[in-house]
Amino acid sequence: MHRAEVVGYTPEPVAVRDLDEREGTPFFSRISVRSWLRRLFRRKNIKIGIYGPPNAGKTTLANRIAMDWAGEVVGSVSDIPHETRKTKVKRNISIRYGKRSLSMDIIDTPGVATKIDFHEFVDTYGMSEEESRQRAREATEGVIEAIKWLDQIDGILLAMDVSEDPFTQVNITILGNLEARKLPILIIANKVDKPGTDPAVIKNAFPQHTTVPVSALTGYNMERLYESMVRHFR
Amino acid sequence: MADGIRINLISRERMDGMSPDEKIHFILSEVMGGKVLVLEEGLSPVEEAELMQRTMASIDHDTFIGIEIQGYYNPNDLRAPFLRRVFQRRTPPRMTVIGPAAHLKTIYKDGEVIQALILTDKPYIEGKEIWKPPAVQPTKA
Ligand SMILES: Nc1nc2c(ncn2[C@@H]2O[C@H](COP(=O)(O)OP(=O)(O)OP(=O)(O)O)[C@@H](O)[C@H]2O)c(=O)[nH]1
Ligand SMILES: [Mg+2]
Repeated sequence: MHRAEVVGYTPEPVAVRDLDEREGTPFFSRISVRSWLRRLFRRKNIKIGIYGPPNAGKTTLANRIAMDWAGEVVGSVSDIPHETRKTKVKRNISIRYGKRSLSMDIIDTPGVATKIDFHEFVDTYGMSEEESRQRAREATEGVIEAIKWLDQIDGILLAMDVSEDPFTQVNITILGNLEARKLPILIIANKVDKPGTDPAVIKNAFPQHTTVPVSALTGYNMERLYESMVRHFR
Repeated sequence: MADGIRINLISRERMDGMSPDEKIHFILSEVMGGKVLVLEEGLSPVEEAELMQRTMASIDHDTFIGIEIQGYYNPNDLRAPFLRRVFQRRTPPRMTVIGPAAHLKTIYKDGEVIQALILTDKPYIEGKEIWKPPAVQPTKA
């Protein structure tokens, strides 16, 4: 079990969303102007958000990337959903593949959900009622924070558990937000070490995106993921 | 039935007349009041994300545990020729079902079918428990 460690977490000021602002044509989207300007001046690292439903293995993935390239851990991992309830930023991770490299800040976000029931922590995981209510309360705040961070990221690793249904509203909504802003997306078909799973299910659900099958737990296919990241997030 | 669950089928015209704020307020108050909504035209991704945030802010852990929502994945065709992508109208959001998580559970979906169960006898849905059907009405999506 990894020990929790808060690494450089700074809650950044988040602009109040103007709902109408983004509804127009995406052609002159201010986001693409922003990424174009960043590319021109090369000042800041790009921010890569790790998103997905609770328990998809986001923190396990963040830990593996940070371990491989910086020898550090990002956050604690648990089979109980909503383990991550505060966004964590790991700055200045540089990954290399061949001659190319990519410097980025990695953002491990709380799992996004549309419902949170504290009874589940009591009934399924045997937590006390008080502890469960507290966890549920923090989890609702975590979801809000994760969604607000969508405005700050420049690219996404959308993690899904290959043994779960990919057509969830959470996945669809996250994808839709990034597509509307034309930001680069990599879908992570995680947990391919589980027997009887097939990453093609996720691939076929979202055929217009690149899906990379990995096991964040065993490290299977991480080289391929690093290659895809270096290609996609430039 | 006096104590059944209401299903409101909301036309595109009804939602078109509302601002994004009004839409989200309308949906949340209906769903928190126990209704299941089927929207002829769903929300934009930005509105969906906003709805999720406001849902989280509305959860009180005893009477409202959140929403169940399911629509279809409907991307713009990223592989269409460049000029067509630039000039095409955004594909409108598709049919979406939304209800209180305590009473609505989507049990199957693929690219073409969404199946949902309306639960009338349970205060909440436990994680993995197999639900036994007493008074089931599958909604047609
Ligand atoms: N078999 C298998 N299990 C995995 C893999 N990656 C993560 N897990 C397990 O899945 C569970 C959840 O992992 P986390 O990394 O905490 O998942 P998360 O997405 O960060 O979850 P939240 O923070 O709760 O949203 C843990 O028990 C992990 O050990 C994997 O590749 N294979
Ligand atoms: Mg986590």
